Amino acid sequence: MSELLNCKDVSLGYEGSVVIDKLNFTVEKGDYLCILGENGSGKSTLIKALLGLKGTISGEISFCGEVKKNEIGYLPQQTIVQRDFPASVREIVRSGCVNRCGLRPFYSKEEKKLADDMMKRLEITPLAKQCYRELSGGQQQRVLLARALCAARKMILLDEPVTGLDPKAANEMYELIDSLNKTDGITVIMVSHDMTAAMKYAKHILHIGGRQMFFGTKEEYVNSKIGKAFLAVMGGDENV
Amino acid sequence: MSEIFETLQLYFSYPAVRYAFIVGLLIALCSSLLGVTLVMKRFSFIGDGLSHVAFGAMAIASVVGLTDNMLIIMPVTVLSAVLLLRTGQNTKIKGDAAIAMISVGALALGYLLINIAGGKNTANVSADVCSTLFGSTSILTLTSADVWMCVGMSAIVIATFFFFYNKIFAVTFDENFAKATGVRSDLYNLLISVVIAVIIVFAMKFVGSLLISALIIFPSLSAMRLFKSFKSVIICSVIISLLCAAVGILVSIFAETPVGATIVAANIGLFLVFTLISFCSGKIRR
Repeated sequence: MSELLNCKDVSLGYEGSVVIDKLNFTVEKGDYLCILGENGSGKSTLIKALLGLKGTISGEISFCGEVKKNEIGYLPQQTIVQRDFPASVREIVRSGCVNRCGLRPFYSKEEKKLADDMMKRLEITPLAKQCYRELSGGQQQRVLLARALCAARKMILLDEPVTGLDPKAANEMYELIDSLNKTDGITVIMVSHDMTAAMKYAKHILHIGGRQMFFGTKEEYVNSKIGKAFLAVMGGDENV
Repeated sequence: MSEIFETLQLYFSYPAVRYAFIVGLLIALCSSLLGVTLVMKRFSFIGDGLSHVAFGAMAIASVVGLTDNMLIIMPVTVLSAVLLLRTGQNTKIKGDAAIAMISVGALALGYLLINIAGGKNTANVSADVCSTLFGSTSILTLTSADVWMCVGMSAIVIATFFFFYNKIFAVTFDENFAKATGVRSDLYNLLISVVIAVIIVFAMKFVGSLLISALIIFPSLSAMRLFKSFKSVIICSVIISLLCAAVGILVSIFAETPVGATIVAANIGLFLVFTLISFCSGKIRR
């Protein structure tokens, strides 16, 4: 397995105040990394830094090897603007292909087909002509995931992918992400505070809370002190 | 009926009327193209904000004693539009507050400057303020050079919009996603803001900032009542805008009403109709 992402002594924060200090971890090809932590521990900040949306205070985030910037998909938390945006599902999913276009003004046939395939895969094809703002939270999340998949060729970053979903929809979402990782070989980095899911699907765990509290494989985490404490509090399944 | 056509024929035999018609329609077209983007970015009031900036710039020009105001107004207004728009979603001061800050600030500083200079030019200032609101060149006194300039600008705006349509959509819908997945969203944001600034400054010169604000927001808001995709909303708002501009100009010829105000009234009327339709169709669906 080759290394895709390397974080070395990374500190992040807002205007001088440090939110997370000294992160050290690596992500390998085909990995499934789950970033855990409580609210305000800097999980979303870390994702934004990995995507280059936010600078670091110190340290270095480097993508090594074969991943280029336009081969990464991203499932963000929803913004207020999007809730009343007049756009059809198909337009939004296709916009995931924009990073493949370069200077070409319009989508190619393959890109349109890719968007259609992704919609089929997420079972939102019947919604293609519907307006985004009229969908339910779960459907909107699927649309955004389909868009992220259009952009993701090698790696996908997910920021709390099941927020606002009911347990059934959440489970389907996790299964889908898992199949992406296993069948398509896409590297997954997921932020979550859903312990059960992390324990079930992840290969590696990064636990943050002001600083790096744990990084290692899931099995190591379950047996570590911090992992045991956190699992007890969050009520995760310890018999994995 | 034939009387109306005869009157129309008579009016359109004057070049001034033809010019006004062409320029009015072109500006309506351009401003409606980017209206959705501005409304979604929470910049609906940018036309008003920029007119105050233009006033501030005008104050500087009259204090310095420049004869051609446009030399200062154009670059200053374009620059502030770019500053307002290019920062996008990731600013600490959001769109509405930023516009309020810049427009009130420019207005106050401009007034202050004129008072300090205490010049002989003060008499002209109220006329100048009025002209930024309602258009400095009356739409009926356009020259053919003005018209060609307007045609050229519109061609550039329309071409840019077509060429970058998908990118403009991606950046408007979700700037962070676009940036995260390797689209150069800063560049496209800058492009959008320059195009918008140019439209607004041109339109301000010809039709005034009151009208440009209305031309930007009303067609898009009306279209958003009924249509569900970005493309259909834009096509619809272009049609609405052109229709209202044409009707407004024609009505103003016959009823001898002010052109800009008549166009805005037509837009308001159509907005009410669309709201009613969307309300009724919503009732039926339920």
